[in-house]
Amino acid sequence: MVADNVMSLTFSLPQWQSFKAGQHYDIRLTAPGGYMAERSYSIASSPEDKGIVEYGVQLLEDGEVSPYLWKLAEGKQVEMRGPIGGHFIWDVSVPGPLILIGGGSGMVPLMSMLRHHANHLDDPPSPEGFGEAKREIVFMISARTYEHILYRRELERIGSQDRNINVVATITDNAPESWSGYKRRIDKEMLEEILGKYKNTDAKTFICGPTPFVEAVAKHMKALGFKSSDIKTERFGG
Amino acid sequence: MIINDDFIPKRKTSSKLPPGQYEERGFPVLSLGPTPDIDINTWKLEVTGLVDNPISWTWQEFNKLSKELIIKDIHCVTKWSKFDSKWEGVPMQEIFNIVKVQPGPTHLIAHSYDGYTTNLPIEDISNGKAWVATAYDSDEIEAEHGGPARLLVPHLYFWKSAKWLNKLEFVDRDQPGFWETRGYHNYGDPWQEQRYWND
Repeated sequence: MVADNVMSLTFSLPQWQSFKAGQHYDIRLTAPGGYMAERSYSIASSPEDKGIVEYGVQLLEDGEVSPYLWKLAEGKQVEMRGPIGGHFIWDVSVPGPLILIGGGSGMVPLMSMLRHHANHLDDPPSPEGFGEAKREIVFMISARTYEHILYRRELERIGSQDRNINVVATITDNAPESWSGYKRRIDKEMLEEILGKYKNTDAKTFICGPTPFVEAVAKHMKALGFKSSDIKTERFGG
Repeated sequence: MIINDDFIPKRKTSSKLPPGQYEERGFPVLSLGPTPDIDINTWKLEVTGLVDNPISWTWQEFNKLSKELIIKDIHCVTKWSKFDSKWEGVPMQEIFNIVKVQPGPTHLIAHSYDGYTTNLPIEDISNGKAWVATAYDSDEIEAEHGGPARLLVPHLYFWKSAKWLNKLEFVDRDQPGFWETRGYHNYGDPWQEQRYWND
C-alpha cells in the first residue's frame, strides 16, 4: 500500500520496453467467456528500473478492474499494452525547473518523473552546465487526509536528501493536529506563495488528478502568468 | 492472450459498445493542457485552404446558419463511451456549400484555439457524418468540453472531434495532427479498435 486507497503493484514484463516518465499502460482482463475490460494505468516506476513496471492502483469500489487487481495474487499474469502517451511526458533532457502538482492518485505519473530525476542526480553536468544535481523541483500534493498522501516515506526521504526539491503537501479534509502544512484546497494564493518565483522562467508544469482539481489548478496557474504551453495536464475520472 | 479465470465481469455488454469500451454516464474531460478562455465576442471560425470562398464567421454570424439536432454515441480512446449524447450544430455539408469546397482536397485539418490539430479524410466529414457543434444537452457547450464550438465526428474516436475549434483547413494531402503524431492511430475507428499507431 502506498496510501490508504492506493496499492502499488509491480509486474515484470517478458518484453520490457523503455518508456518515458508520465506514460501509461493499458491493462486488459479477459473473463473465461471472452468478456474483456480494459483500463489505463499510469506508470509509477522510473525508466531506469528495467524489466518491471510499477503502478499505483486506486481502488474504485464499484469499479471492474481495480478490485480485481487489488486481489491479484503474486505470480498471476495480466495482459498489458504499452507504453502509451506522447504528451504528458518528461525526461532529464528537458531544461528548466520542474513543477509537479498531483491530486490524490494523480501523483502516480509524477512519481515516475521524480524517480527518473533522482536516478540521474549523480550524472556529470552537461557541457552547458545543466544537470539533475542542479535541477529545481517542486512537488505539490493535495490529499484528503494524511493517510491519502501517496509515497509518503519515499517523498520524505527524497526531500531530505536533495535540497533542490521542495515537497509541499496540503491536506483538504482531515488534517492531524500536528500538521503544520496547508489545510485547504490548492488555490491561487498557495500557488503564488510556492511557485511565484518560477513565473517568467522556463519551468515546465505537470498537473495530474481528478478533472475539477486539474481544471482549477491549471486556471490559477494561467491567471498567475504561467504560459499555457508550459503546462501539461492529465485528467482522470468522470 | 491471457484468460483471467477468476475475473467476473461487472458491467453489461451492449451491441452499441465498440471493443474494449465501457459505458460511462458522466462526461469525462480529457485535454492536453489548461482550458483556454475564449470570449464569444472575439470568437471566430475561419475556413481556409482549397475552397473558392474562404470565410471567417463571428459567433453571431455562425449561429445564423441552419443547425441540426444530433443524437449520437461517442467513444473516447481512453475506453469510455457515452450513449445518445445530444448536440446541436451546423452540418459540415452546410459549410461545404457556403465555402464552395474545390474538387481537390483529400483531408480536413481542424485547428483549435490551444494549438491542437487533428486530421480527417474528406469522406469522413461529408454525407452527414460531421458537424460543428454549438450546443450540448440543450445548453451551451461548457469550456472544458470544448465550447463555444467543437467539431463533432462521432463515428471516430473522440479526439478527432477537436475542442475549441477556430479553423477548418481543406488540404490535398494528409497531415497527421497532435495525437496522430504522438502514438495514436491516424484514422481512429472505434469499431476496428484503432487506438494506437500500430493497431
